[in-house]
Amino acid sequence: MLTVYRVGAHDSQVVDEFLRKPIGHHSPALQRVLNVFRGEPTAGKYVLVCTQPHKEWVLGQLSGERGKPVKLLKGQVFRSLEEAERAVFRRRWKKYTGNDLG
Amino acid sequence: MKVIGYSDKLSAAPGETVRFMVHCQLPTYRVDIVRVICGDTNPQGPGVKEQVVKTPVNKTYRGRRQTIETGSYVTIPHCPLLETLNSFSFQAMIWPTTPGRGRQVIMSKWHDRDKSGMMVVIAPDGSLALVLGDGRGREEMLSTAHPLLAREWYFVAVSYDARTRAVSLYQEPLVKYPLTADAAEVHTTAQTEGIGKNRAPLMFAAFRSGRGRTVLDGKYDGKIDSPRLANRALQRLEMEMLKNGPLPSHLGNAVLGAWDFSRDISSTRVSDLSPHALHGETVNMPARGMKGYNWTGEVMNWQEAPEQYGAIHFHEDDLYDAGWEVDFTFTIPATLPSGLYAARLRAGEEEDYIPFVVKPAPGQEKRIALLLPTASYMAYANEHLATNTALVELLAGRLVPLDKYSLFLQEHREYGLSCYDTHADGSGVCYSSRLRPILNMRPKHISALGGVGSSLWQFNADTHITDWLEAMGYEFDVITDEDLHARGVELLKPYRVVLTGTHPEYHSKQMWDAMSAYLNQGGRLMYMGANGWYWKIAYHPTLPGVIEVRRSEGGIRTWAAEPGEYYHSFTGEYGGLWRRQGRPPQMLVGIGFTAQGFDISAPYYRLPDSFSPRAQFIFAGIGEDEVIGDFGLIGGGAAGLELDRADRQLGTPPHALVLATSRGRHTDIYLVVCEELLATYPGLGGTENELVRADMVFFETPNGGAVWSAGSIAWAGSLSHNKYNNNVSRITHNVLRRFLDPTPFA
Repeated sequence: MLTVYRVGAHDSQVVDEFLRKPIGHHSPALQRVLNVFRGEPTAGKYVLVCTQPHKEWVLGQLSGERGKPVKLLKGQVFRSLEEAERAVFRRRWKKYTGNDLG
Repeated sequence: MKVIGYSDKLSAAPGETVRFMVHCQLPTYRVDIVRVICGDTNPQGPGVKEQVVKTPVNKTYRGRRQTIETGSYVTIPHCPLLETLNSFSFQAMIWPTTPGRGRQVIMSKWHDRDKSGMMVVIAPDGSLALVLGDGRGREEMLSTAHPLLAREWYFVAVSYDARTRAVSLYQEPLVKYPLTADAAEVHTTAQTEGIGKNRAPLMFAAFRSGRGRTVLDGKYDGKIDSPRLANRALQRLEMEMLKNGPLPSHLGNAVLGAWDFSRDISSTRVSDLSPHALHGETVNMPARGMKGYNWTGEVMNWQEAPEQYGAIHFHEDDLYDAGWEVDFTFTIPATLPSGLYAARLRAGEEEDYIPFVVKPAPGQEKRIALLLPTASYMAYANEHLATNTALVELLAGRLVPLDKYSLFLQEHREYGLSCYDTHADGSGVCYSSRLRPILNMRPKHISALGGVGSSLWQFNADTHITDWLEAMGYEFDVITDEDLHARGVELLKPYRVVLTGTHPEYHSKQMWDAMSAYLNQGGRLMYMGANGWYWKIAYHPTLPGVIEVRRSEGGIRTWAAEPGEYYHSFTGEYGGLWRRQGRPPQMLVGIGFTAQGFDISAPYYRLPDSFSPRAQFIFAGIGEDEVIGDFGLIGGGAAGLELDRADRQLGTPPHALVLATSRGRHTDIYLVVCEELLATYPGLGGTENELVRADMVFFETPNGGAVWSAGSIAWAGSLSHNKYNNNVSRITHNVLRRFLDPTPFA
């Protein structure tokens, strides 16, 4: 973990901003949350495996160990990068706050 | 990936022959030589473009497996003297980096099949141990049972008396910590009655577990300094006398070898100072010019006190030459125009490309040269940033994309490391070789650092330039950094205009001087990217295809050179940023690295200098208030990824025109580079800090030459927008057309 900030329910005001625009200019409050989410350590870190270049991605998780393959998550196939960003944001929101975003 | 290859050279002129080495797990594979025009698979862009060139090598070949063995070591050929070895002593100073990672050899004279000989090792528990083999299949290990600490210097020694079977082990830390039991002295009796003879080489840092190239075992991580071998069991006091300085005369008959790694640091040679001349050589390029156990901290340059640099740092994942067998060769036909080419390999659904450059025949040069930044490709060769580090998703501001090449490199560590990686033991990778497949130097490759959109970096990003030159109908030659290093300014002299790649980051002194001379002689340079002329490198003076980078002092770094290890082992030159050596990039090209971020790009806005009559030719056809490059395949804008700025204090010429800037338009993912920070302070991001910007610059050079610098790695990604009809393309075209005109500037 690279940051010590604790994401919680008090951050919920940034959720809509992220879902509207997952990539690009963000408010400082959203960026602070993303620094936690995107700064996760390599073991288990989410990545996008390009199965068809620029068309299809499968969500994967890094092993965190040299030589050990990336784990592909079943059924987690995306046709757009933003859709994938939102899905991973939901997973991480649940992990850090305990709440579903719905 | 089931078909992969590399070539023995990156560039060749007509009449020269390129050798191709291929690993193929399928029965056959098809080869076609193709001209590479564009390698971008993004459907929003111009698409992948390549043209098959009819050549005699275009055919089907039988596939075979070829393997790579990493791990550096020293090997000393077997000789009759070593055959007489029975009783012995061995000692060395060591600085282990991964004690506890399995059995690691300090020294071996070992034949594994019959278990004959001896090895001094770090045992699996991390302690010093002696392994004896009777030659009848039985081996015995005697250890101190006290684990060594990582990254601490130790005197280690063993002795064995074959007659009495007495064994002594000494494990003496140079720094002693309270409450830490890492020192040991053991006197015991072995069961082995005389060690088995063998004809294996004497080796440091590994042993050979069988025949062939790929049978290394016991690979060691860490430094070894001043190893000595004697033909009897020495007393501890005698060992002390052998630690350093001249060999005591009364031990002259006992000492078989006393190796001094501070000799011939730039080479692969390893010298024995004993009368027996048991010289050896390093394999797979362990790090040399490394400070030894006796480094005082008062000397920073290995040439000034070589005796303090008697250590070699070995790594289990070092690699120089994959050493594959040749599968086919291609002699460049006289009729083949200079350009970027590749051997395209296809086997079933599998595909790989081995890129190479065809240089012009001497005297046949065109007026435009694209200088392909192959030194930078080598520095990045097979980098594992997206899978080794947690930072890339933060830097990219989005999920990390991994294509087949990145996935393969994560699993197949034997393909070696880049100068962006750390070794498995945590130390920085200071050498990188091209004598192996470089899987991120490929058309169609997607890189996590390449920005939202096409996500291209280095080689494949540079195909946006070849694509634009072809689409605009320009005839051009392609030349490489390695050619520039070897031939100097003579390589550039025939050209009216030289274009760089998107990211020409690494330069040897020879390359820097050649470009400077070209510009002073009236040459014209179009710097088509950013973060150029940043790191100083050395090419090896005699070994082909390998560079060295020492990440000293400052700069954006993924590892830092250790204090006292800032000088290149290849040349003795001081390594690090060119800026730290009085040659900021601004001096040469008007701009230099100022900020980076890898999410979305921004446009440029015209500055007052762009309305100077001197800049009129650049902005012909561009409106006064026209926003430049608010489109593109790399982050959606022409200013993105890594950015350069003009700065008079860093050497931007006083008469340079700063034409346009992206200042104030970047996200806070973009941050000021660390070499600008004398102190940390809030507000370093793109929405706040004035140093976060790409500046476009033009200036005249002596004797009628000129420089135009784009200022951003993303620039080339905007060239193809709207079928090449856009203001980024227009500006680039305007500059190139005027630069081709021999009418002198200024």
